[in-house]
Amino acid sequence: MNVASIIQFKNVTKRFGNNPPVLDNVSFTLERGKFYTLLGPSGCGKTTILRLIAGFTEPSEGEIWFNGQKINHLPANKRQVNTVFQDYALFPHLNVFENVAFGLRIKKVKKTEIEAKVKQALSFVNLDGYEYREIREMSGGQRQRVAIARAIVNKPEMILLDEPLSALDLKLRTEMQYELRELQRRLGITFVFVTHDQEEALAMSDEIFVINNGKIQQSGTPTDIYDEPINRFVADFIGESNIVEGKMVEDYLVEFVGKKFECDDKGFNANEPVEIVIRPEDLEITTPELGRLQVRVDSQLFRGVHYEICCYDKDDNEWLVHSTKKAKVGKEIGLSFDREAIHVMRLGETEEEFDRRLETYADKGDSAQWKVN
Amino acid sequence: MESKLSRNLYSFSYFLWIVIFVILPILLIVYYSLFDIEGNFSFVNYQKFFTAVYLKMTLSSFWYAFLITVITFLIAYPTAYLLTKTKHKQFWLLLIIVPSWINLLLKAYAFLGIFGTYGVANSFLKIIGMGEQQILFTDFSFVFVSVYIFIPFMILPIFNSLNELNPTLLDAARDLGASAWTAFYRVIFPLTIDGVKSGWQVTFIPALSLFMLTRLIAGNKVITLGTAIEQQFLVTQDWGMGSTIAVFLILIMILFMFLTNTRKRGV
Repeated sequence: MNVASIIQFKNVTKRFGNNPPVLDNVSFTLERGKFYTLLGPSGCGKTTILRLIAGFTEPSEGEIWFNGQKINHLPANKRQVNTVFQDYALFPHLNVFENVAFGLRIKKVKKTEIEAKVKQALSFVNLDGYEYREIREMSGGQRQRVAIARAIVNKPEMILLDEPLSALDLKLRTEMQYELRELQRRLGITFVFVTHDQEEALAMSDEIFVINNGKIQQSGTPTDIYDEPINRFVADFIGESNIVEGKMVEDYLVEFVGKKFECDDKGFNANEPVEIVIRPEDLEITTPELGRLQVRVDSQLFRGVHYEICCYDKDDNEWLVHSTKKAKVGKEIGLSFDREAIHVMRLGETEEEFDRRLETYADKGDSAQWKVN
Repeated sequence: MESKLSRNLYSFSYFLWIVIFVILPILLIVYYSLFDIEGNFSFVNYQKFFTAVYLKMTLSSFWYAFLITVITFLIAYPTAYLLTKTKHKQFWLLLIIVPSWINLLLKAYAFLGIFGTYGVANSFLKIIGMGEQQILFTDFSFVFVSVYIFIPFMILPIFNSLNELNPTLLDAARDLGASAWTAFYRVIFPLTIDGVKSGWQVTFIPALSLFMLTRLIAGNKVITLGTAIEQQFLVTQDWGMGSTIAVFLILIMILFMFLTNTRKRGV
């Protein structure tokens, strides 16, 4: 365990009663001062990880280490961690000042010091002058800020955020994404952010953990995860993707929809069945003659920034295209793409195997940023 | 127009009820309190009330009501708290509520049997070697039975307010460094104080005027305002004095309700 790591999960499993485990043999390390996001659909176990770190629940198996100390049974009030809850959990019988001061009062901090620290925390979240408001007088966005101030005022080593933006409207949510990211940079505290919103995760994180069915599917920087999804779930969950079946003929040559294409992937067995991902924005509309794929336009939606065009090839594979150019519904068009746009996924590959395979062609440029914990 | 008419019609029955069963009786009590035992108009009853005998009685009445309320509360709050943590909480709550459906007099007679010289309680004391004790007609038995009777009424409002409490608030308090006890007295208790206040009201006010239990269980060794009123009306036949005590009882109740006035808070 190195100096930079703040929390470490070692083969942690959590189950309730005889049900299948909510978390299944999960291991990871978080480094100090980074912004992490746990991303996954509801019920995937991401909130359970948060509750395990906060100390509201204990693991059934495995170990949790915090700052080089095993904390499996350490109660929540003894941990250097504060949480921003999904419903904010502000104390309705206390005003804004007392809500923020709660942690300091328990630590028996001096009165003048409390006053100064609470004021500072509130101004950090742009709530100067709101000290003596009652909680019920605050709007959703303001409550959100109070909840953040209440967490940061204690100067914890880590702040956990449990889908804190889900109750806000779109505009406010985008605004808060910027503010949270900015806040984390200024404070230098480790943030662990839980969300099911992939755009939020991509926009804010240093590193994302994609979780499904109690297992970490993939972890990495937002670009890593977007560009090199490990399996169908990740590819589907992070952004829109076209996924088709194919086979790896040899290194750097893949076959799908009955054609052979050059690609950047290697290290597969000859003729190994694989899945191919091509992102909709990597597909370009052209004439059928110039296109590498020939498809028929089925429907088209205007999304503001681009058109979302749904096409089918002659084998009935669906191809989603994001294009600034308009297409005509019912018309035959061609789709062209670069060899880098093809991403090949090995079936049932684990994250370690995936990382190891990427390491082998690290010399091929930008995949070198892959990091193995 | 029509809605106004129907509203007046509905409120009419309400006002009729209030006038016949609340205002008129209170006026009658005040009226009777202004006559001495001979039927002459005078303030002598009020003078009498401020003598040592009656003040002591008021004080002792207060003391017992207070004792009963406090003990009931000390039992009811933890019970209500545990109930909210159980799996089938509504069922367990029902089990506690059910005895309150049985007539008070029946329960009092049941306790006469239990606490009597040859009752279950004494048999038990004999087995554990404490010998036969005089349990009935003591302060202890009076407070015990009263507490037993009031427990469901105290539990219900406290249970409701605990049940409404957002459990995440407890997590939040713990997260901010509060021990279990600190979380309780800084968050849980203040947020359930409204339930506690209603519980105190429904216990303390009736406990002030208990008279059947004082007679049956305490054997008139405990004199409360309730007993005093009963004695004045039925034994001494001094309706004036009985009404005067009743006037003060009503005043005390109003004062107590004012003091424990519940103010709705929260989001």
